[in-house]
Formats: sequence, structure tokens, C-alpha cells
Amino acid sequence: MANLTEIRWHGRGGQGAKTAALLLADVAFSTGKFVQGFPEYGPERMGAPITAYDRISDHDIRVHSNIYEPDYVVVVDETLLSSVDVTNGLKEEGAILVNTAKDKSEIIPLLNGYKGRVFTIDARHVCMETLGKYFPNTPMLAAIVKVSNVLDQDVFLKEMEESLKHKFARKPEVLEGNMKALRLALEEVH
Amino acid sequence: MAIKERMSGNEAIAYAMKQINPDVMPAFPITPSTELPQMVSNYIANGEMDTEFIPVESEHSAMSAAIGASSAGARTMTATSSAGLAFMWEVLYVAASNRLPIAMAVVNRALSGPININCEHSDSMGARDSGWLQIYAENNQEAYDNFLQAYRIAEHKDVKLPIMICQDGFIISHGVQNIELLEDDKVKNFVGEYHPEHYLLKEDEVCSVGPYAITNFGMEGKKAQAHAMDSAKKVILDVAAEFEKVSGRKYGLYEGYELEDAEYVIVAIGSVCGTIKDAIDELRSQGVKAGLMKVRVFRPFPAEEFTDAIKGAKAVAIMDRAESYSSQGGPLGSELMAAMYRGHLKAEAINIVYGLCGRDVNVAEIREVYAQLKDIEKNGAAGREYQYLGLRD
Repeated sequence: MANLTEIRWHGRGGQGAKTAALLLADVAFSTGKFVQGFPEYGPERMGAPITAYDRISDHDIRVHSNIYEPDYVVVVDETLLSSVDVTNGLKEEGAILVNTAKDKSEIIPLLNGYKGRVFTIDARHVCMETLGKYFPNTPMLAAIVKVSNVLDQDVFLKEMEESLKHKFARKPEVLEGNMKALRLALEEVH
Repeated sequence: MAIKERMSGNEAIAYAMKQINPDVMPAFPITPSTELPQMVSNYIANGEMDTEFIPVESEHSAMSAAIGASSAGARTMTATSSAGLAFMWEVLYVAASNRLPIAMAVVNRALSGPININCEHSDSMGARDSGWLQIYAENNQEAYDNFLQAYRIAEHKDVKLPIMICQDGFIISHGVQNIELLEDDKVKNFVGEYHPEHYLLKEDEVCSVGPYAITNFGMEGKKAQAHAMDSAKKVILDVAAEFEKVSGRKYGLYEGYELEDAEYVIVAIGSVCGTIKDAIDELRSQGVKAGLMKVRVFRPFPAEEFTDAIKGAKAVAIMDRAESYSSQGGPLGSELMAAMYRGHLKAEAINIVYGLCGRDVNVAEIREVYAQLKDIEKNGAAGREYQYLGLRD
């Protein structure tokens, strides 16, 4: 299972971290990968910390446990950094991606000494520019695809367009805004 | 050509239900049931199925309506989970004793308390003596395949019993994974039409369902049920063989993984078996003869087949995702150990309760179970036949 990529998502209930994890599994599936996308259900209420997971591989995936040593971690809500040990088990050759408007230098001290790569993106800015509403999962999805390189970016955009076209067949304006958000996110993550 | 898809376990079962398109589905549409009835009612609202959906006011009513529909001669299904299954308890027995081949999708989740919605087998394990057939799945693929086989088993003339098709709550039911689906026409041909022999709406025959039977015939009815349960073993294998012809996927009463020459064997049910397989691959590469017997069919309980499959083992760990409060372990442990005694198996056996209230189990913990089996082979199992895995200190 050398080519297995494991991603852990941290968010708060209602922000769409679970949806983003399932979407990533979806789009990876459509490029021919074996996938697992699953949420860890805690208290089902808005704002409570939630965790979701992705496994992406070229081989059949059998294990059914949570992910304890992820290759990548996505933090959808930066306020979690003070209450959840988001870098727990995170591989040093991997990376963490945080949604924040702050500079990376302000985030790094909050990561419990994590020595791997740190990426940030201002998902609110991306959303306001493109969607006019704050749905952080769309930019975070694009950003983690770029950070993890788990999918080719062009293939990712093409598959997302197909899937959104199908999903929002009656609302083409939603499709356009989401595609813009994905493209802008690919540019703004660093 | 099989259709490659990705689906959650719930989506997979809903899709199987759509393809089978039974006559009637009474179901409670919200929690404690899962999103499954909602998915099916979407198919119906979109005109993709013509099943009569009855949104009842409780799970007790769901099973009662299913009994009515099945008695009338309709192919009937329902779905539930956790407390919903518990609320059906009284009428589960009525469905079984009236020999009604209802198919029910069960999403295995804990029963309160503490209040908990996560995976556990205590709901269906609690119903193990209700007279229903029970088949369990490791993943979404098996849940789908098992549901496609359900009516062929339940409606068979030698069986005529209701059937629970079980999958692990959240881990499988809400986790999205790759799956291969069969084409609609293949499913239709495989499942076939339902032509019951006796039913209430049969014009040229008067019959009664669920009559009063006291000391005169009551006991014979129970014995007939037990006999049908025994007969189901062969039917399950025959149906699996036919299913393999259309799907290419092989099923039995159990699945052996690296079992043939295994010295250390874990026996388990459900999604944990995938995790165990990964642990076995690691251990085998280090020369440890580890193996798995995955229980697929729990009712009927294939005692001879199970003991035959593990008779070469030196030490066995039987894993239960349910507590029986018998001070002896869980239901699988108790039943399999009884079978091992009758089969004169000499292996040391321990019973491990794991994963209650959704407690996660990982590969490292499974490796530790095998390490313990190795130790037990040397030093015996005395005093620790029944234990908890992954418990906080």
C-alpha cells in the first residue's frame, strides 16, 4: 500500500468538512482511484468540532479504522488550533493546510512544534470574491488537491466541473461561481 | 460489464432496493432509522420504483405493516437501526413465526445508554433469538450483494423466514467507498418474481395467518421454524453459488482469509474484518501464521462449518461488538465456544469485546490480539477468556 494517501479533515459542524471529504473521495474515484471518504460522528450540532477522513489509493482499501498517522491534515476552522491537537500523528514528510487570513508565521507557533510543511489559504476571501457567500469547503478542497498532489490539477478541475454541472443542472450560476472559487483557491494557497 | 461506482453502504442498499423494486416498503422515515428509507422514497417520488411506500409513525408500526403486507402476498422490505430495531422486538417474532419472508436492512448501531449513535452489533445481536435469518457484511459491496441475495434465501420453499441484512453503522453505512453494481436486468433475472404458495389475498384459497395455538400445536410450530432455519444453510450456499455466476463474487457461510494453515485465528463479524486482513498481511510477511474467519451468516449458526474451518488453529480470539452481560463474553463468543466444545476442538479460545459505542479499532490493536494468541499458545488462556479491547485505563 505504498501509494496510499491519507488525509484528515478538522472542521466545525455546519462548515462542510464532511462534504468536502466526501467530494474529494468522489472526484478521486472518477479518476480511477480506490477511495474511502468517511466522517467521524461526534455530537451532531452546529459548531462542534468534527473530523472527516479520506483514503486514496491505486489498490483496494480494506482497513476500516480512523486515520492516526495522516499524510495531510486540513483545518477548515482556525479556531480549532487552540482546542484540537490537529497535528497529532501527522507525518513530517506530509503537510498541514490551514484556512486563515493570518500570515503563516502566526500559525506555525500554534502547531505543537510540527516540523513538516505548512500551507495557508484565506478561504473566506476566495469565497467572497467568487461566490459572495462563505462556503469554505470548496476552496479547501482545491487547496488540498494542490498541496497533496493526490490528483492532477487539470483533471481535478475537469472532474469537478462535470460533477457540479450534474449537481446544479438547474442553477448554472452556481456552477460558474464554484469553478471560479476552485481556480482562485489553487492560486491563493501557499 | 459491472458498473463501477462509489457509494456509502446506505446508498448501496437503497440502490439494491430500487433494482429489486419490491411491492411494499413500510418504514419509519427518520432517526432512529438512517437516511436509507429517505433514499428509497426519493427513488419512488422520482418514478424510478413503483414500490408502495408507507411512512409509518413508529418502527413497531413499520414491522406490523410489513407483516400485514407480506401476509397479503406482497414482497415486502423495510429498514431500521438501533433503537428502531429494539422497538420492533415484539413483532419481529410474529414475522418469523408466521414464516413471512420480509427483507430488512439493518444498520448496526448501539442501543442506549449512554446515548450513542455509533456502530455496535447489540441491536441485531439482541434479536438473534427472534427467528430471523441474519447475514453480515464487511463493506458496502457485501451489503449490496447480500441484499440482492436476501429474497432468494428468505422466499425459498425450504426456508420461508424473514431476513436481516446487516451492515456496520457509520463505518459502512455513511462511509463512501468503491463498489461494483450489477445491471438492472441481471438483478431482475437473479432475484426473480415472488410467487408465494399461500397468502391472504389468494382468491381460490382461504387461509389464516397468525392463529392461536396453545399447548396442542404451539411447540410444533416452533420446531418447524427451527427446521426451516437449519434448511437455510444449504439454501444460502446454493444462492451464493448462483450469485457468483452473475457477479463473479464468491460468498459462503464464512470467509476464510489466510485461514487454511493459520495457527492464530481471529473470528469476527463486520467491518473490523478489513482491518484484520491488513494486520494479517503484515504478520504473514514476518512469518506469523495469522488467519481470519469472517462470519457472514450468524443465523442460522453454522456450528459445524465454523468449527471445521478453525480446527487447525492453536489459539483463537473470538471478537464481539456486543456485550451480553453474561460475565462470559459476547454472543459470538458464547455460541462459537459452545460449538467448539461439541466439536472437541482443543485450541485455546478467548473472547474479546471491542468497538462498543463506536470505539475505533486499528491495525496495531489487531496485531496485539495476535501477539496475545501467540502468548496464550505458550502459557494458556487461564483467567482471561473474556476481555475488552481498547479500553481506557
